Amino acid sequence: MNLSQNWRLAEQRYRLVGEICPHCGVKIYPPRDACPDCSQPAQERFTFSGKGEIYSYTVVLDAPEGYEEQVPYLIALVKLDEGPMLTAQLTDFDREPEIGDRVEMVTRKLRTEGNAGIIVYGYKFRPLLMP
Amino acid sequence: MSSEEKRDKPGRLLKTDKPVGITGYGAYLPRYRLPASEVSRIWTGGMGGKPIREKTVPGLDEDVVTMSIEAARNALSRAQIAPTDIRAVWVGSESHPYAVKPTSTIVAEAIGAVPDVQAADWEFACKAGSEALQATIGFVGSGMASYALSIGMDTAQGRPGDALEYTAAAGGAAFIVGDGASSLAVFEATYSYVTDTPDFWRRAHEVYPSHGDRFTGEPAYFRHVMAAAQVIMSDLGAEAGDFDHVTFHQPNVKFPSRVAKMLGFSEEQYKTGLLADRVGNVYAGSSLLGLSAILDEARPGDRILVVSYGSGAGSDALVMRVTDIIAERQNLAPKTSHYIARRTEIDYATYTRYRGKLLTK
Repeated sequence: MNLSQNWRLAEQRYRLVGEICPHCGVKIYPPRDACPDCSQPAQERFTFSGKGEIYSYTVVLDAPEGYEEQVPYLIALVKLDEGPMLTAQLTDFDREPEIGDRVEMVTRKLRTEGNAGIIVYGYKFRPLLMP
Repeated sequence: MSSEEKRDKPGRLLKTDKPVGITGYGAYLPRYRLPASEVSRIWTGGMGGKPIREKTVPGLDEDVVTMSIEAARNALSRAQIAPTDIRAVWVGSESHPYAVKPTSTIVAEAIGAVPDVQAADWEFACKAGSEALQATIGFVGSGMASYALSIGMDTAQGRPGDALEYTAAAGGAAFIVGDGASSLAVFEATYSYVTDTPDFWRRAHEVYPSHGDRFTGEPAYFRHVMAAAQVIMSDLGAEAGDFDHVTFHQPNVKFPSRVAKMLGFSEEQYKTGLLADRVGNVYAGSSLLGLSAILDEARPGDRILVVSYGSGAGSDALVMRVTDIIAERQNLAPKTSHYIARRTEIDYATYTRYRGKLLTK
């Protein structure tokens, strides 16, 4: 991913800023400016709580370029409490996760582009610190 | 009475015209723990003394930016203000992830404080956090800003086999300073004691720091911490017995315990803030994490003394009084003890991987 693309996505990556549809009230993530439910324009910003649950997950042992140093790691589909589903790494798990586990968003290092490149930060999900 | 205490220099305390205090605070510690016995097993065959029981180790996806973000979010939860009300985000550390590119802008963006905000990274070895906190007191006390955020956070570097590898740890705390009326603890005064003392340093492009071995004790840590504590107490007309809690920079357990006793404090006064045995030396976060642990347990009316120490060298002393607001804020975010209890023990091999000490390319 290039520099400008990371920069454009910083707000949604760092703190889960999406949108809310002013017409039907659906919460939208990632932001897309048109409601996926009612197709009306939706550009009102909405910051998600970061709480949700694991819908499904897998263990990555053969990582794509840039993520090799983190193997083995967990990738999950996380269903946010406000509705949307997103794909994210899980972190701080000492055990195999279970479907339905409650998780919360934390901002962590996603990848480092070599010793001289940019450090990319973004959301991951961990078990609730205070269940 | 020492010569430091006798110096007659009126006005040497740093005070604000209007009352300011801490409106929110938050701690962060990573979950991994390396027992000192593991360092000893690898480098001394298990023989020799250990300065602490265990130290914190950051995970592969953690650094001063990510740790500062979580501490700042905890501080915001307690302050109950909008992040856009913050006019300064200042991060003190000796482990900023970039040599050139501020930690503070990433933290400010992540907590939603941009763009109407001052942002800067602070450096002064292990007192980079306390000097940032002092500066926020001035920023708010002058009326320039309603709220300012300071953070002391580190992922300390320890050379494999060096004495400091037992203790060089990761963690810290964040503080939002605001008007005294909305604060959970109001500052009485602060003071800084600084000299040019070459006890510990790291040159540009060097991975690990160098230190003066036994030179780090008497002329460095003890001289500065003692002087800073003695001056602020004498100029405030206070004695050790007037404080409910005290915390110092804690590179190990021995130094802060000894300096506390030299100043006349009892174990009862320093035990709440003395965390080094369970977390190690979190460098720029060290005395501030101690303060965070004290505020977690403090009661209205408690008087607190904090004395940091940074190599190079200097100490910042801060005296504050806890207000009635403390009780409603303590449980609005995870306490320091939550992070200490969240513990996954690792061995030396895992530690070398997590800290990037293995050559893989």
